[in-house]
Amino acid sequence: MEVAKDPKTRDGRRTSPVVYDRACLEEVCGSCAMRVNGVARMACTALIDSLAQPVKLEPLAKFPVVRDLSVDRSSMFESLKRVKAWVPIDGTYDLGPGPRMAESERAYAYELSKCITCGNCLEVCPQVNDRSSFMGAAPISQVALFNRHPTGRMLAAERLDALMGEGGLDECGNAQNCVRACPKSIPLTTSIAEMFRATTAHGFRKLFGS
Amino acid sequence: MTFEERHFWLRRLHSLSGIVPIGGYLAFHLYENYTATRGGEAYNRMVRNLQETPFAIFLEIGIIIVPLLFHGVYGLFVTGTARPNVTSNRYVRNWMYFLQRATGVILFAFVIFHLWTTRLVNIRDHESVDLFRLMQESLQSRWIYAFYIVGILSATFHLANGIWSFSIVWGLTVGPRAQRRMIWVSAAVFLILSFIGIRSIQAFRA
Ligand code: HEM
Ligand code: FES
Repeated sequence: MEVAKDPKTRDGRRTSPVVYDRACLEEVCGSCAMRVNGVARMACTALIDSLAQPVKLEPLAKFPVVRDLSVDRSSMFESLKRVKAWVPIDGTYDLGPGPRMAESERAYAYELSKCITCGNCLEVCPQVNDRSSFMGAAPISQVALFNRHPTGRMLAAERLDALMGEGGLDECGNAQNCVRACPKSIPLTTSIAEMFRATTAHGFRKLFGS
Repeated sequence: MTFEERHFWLRRLHSLSGIVPIGGYLAFHLYENYTATRGGEAYNRMVRNLQETPFAIFLEIGIIIVPLLFHGVYGLFVTGTARPNVTSNRYVRNWMYFLQRATGVILFAFVIFHLWTTRLVNIRDHESVDLFRLMQESLQSRWIYAFYIVGILSATFHLANGIWSFSIVWGLTVGPRAQRRMIWVSAAVFLILSFIGIRSIQAFRA
């Protein structure tokens, strides 16, 4: 930030400030993901005195660059829409309270709900690239979250259908870099495997039960 | 089945075909070839027995050629959607992901070469070929011998690591502990099949 106040080029001339995204500065908004010394991480928690100098900053490579270090993550929001990552409660009358959740389920769901859509899991995934339409780990894990919610579950089959389409779950190659890159330590590979199990059951149900 | 689901079923069929029948056949193939350690006569007797199996040609086509062609061609297509990044993400599983694809590509070339030189050669009077001699002569070449070693180890690695990812794809191993336990199964398959395969190929050079 100090650098941004008085931006200079390598040979000391004044220039326009570097563009980058940030809001919370405490690793909850998800907007500041970039590659710091080649590692995809949140810039706000990459403390300068723990980094090798000189620090090299690069924008995430899996999203279109808006300018400098700022990227456009719309593709992730499109994926969230595609898998219906919400609880359906819209209507014209009060639906009343939903069913209760077991404490253990709630605690686990809370971990999954920590996703900040930063895009680091997509950045490190070898299957997310210009040759494939894979949606990456984050939206898959959101299906694991909303399909265990007592009311969210009402869309469970539609979410699994969405995961079974092109660019969905089956593009995953189990390289498991995502779970290492997640700044919120979300068990992404467990979510993915859970969805593999759920789509297996769903697929057979549709094949033999319809 | 809707059009959208074809993706799902293709991937599951690819995954399944890697184990049944291809993986099963690979294990059987390495096992039967171990007979080479008992000499040429025993080996050729084993080969004749297999050739006399009822419906042998249909079994060869239905259990080996068709599944392998599907798995291999679709596997190349899947490999084409990958951009490996092992230099920037140096994790064991990421290496395994890379090696699964690399060994797949090696296998594609090796299997064509292997089929061409052992099965399609003299296809008319294949039943009277002295396969032990044929293998002995071809393995005289250091290069062919090396290609066989690489091919066998690629196959055993690819199957062993494939068992690990197959278990995830079909929903058998979900949590990290289950997945870690599966590594032991995978490692055992790799070591046992590699031992059998390498000993057999050495027997042709003895
Ligand atoms: C000896 C022959 C072969 C055997 C026994 C075999 C076996 C397997 C098995 C068991 C799997 C795991 C399935 C899964 O991850 O769901 C697999 C995956 C794979 N195989 Fe093969 N395979 C063979 C040949 C080939 C060939 C010739 C290719 C061509 C490139 C190939 C490419 C692949 C790829 C790319 C995967 C990963 C699929 C994924 O993770 O999405 N395989 N194979
Ligand atoms: S600024 Fe919000 S996560 Fe870094």
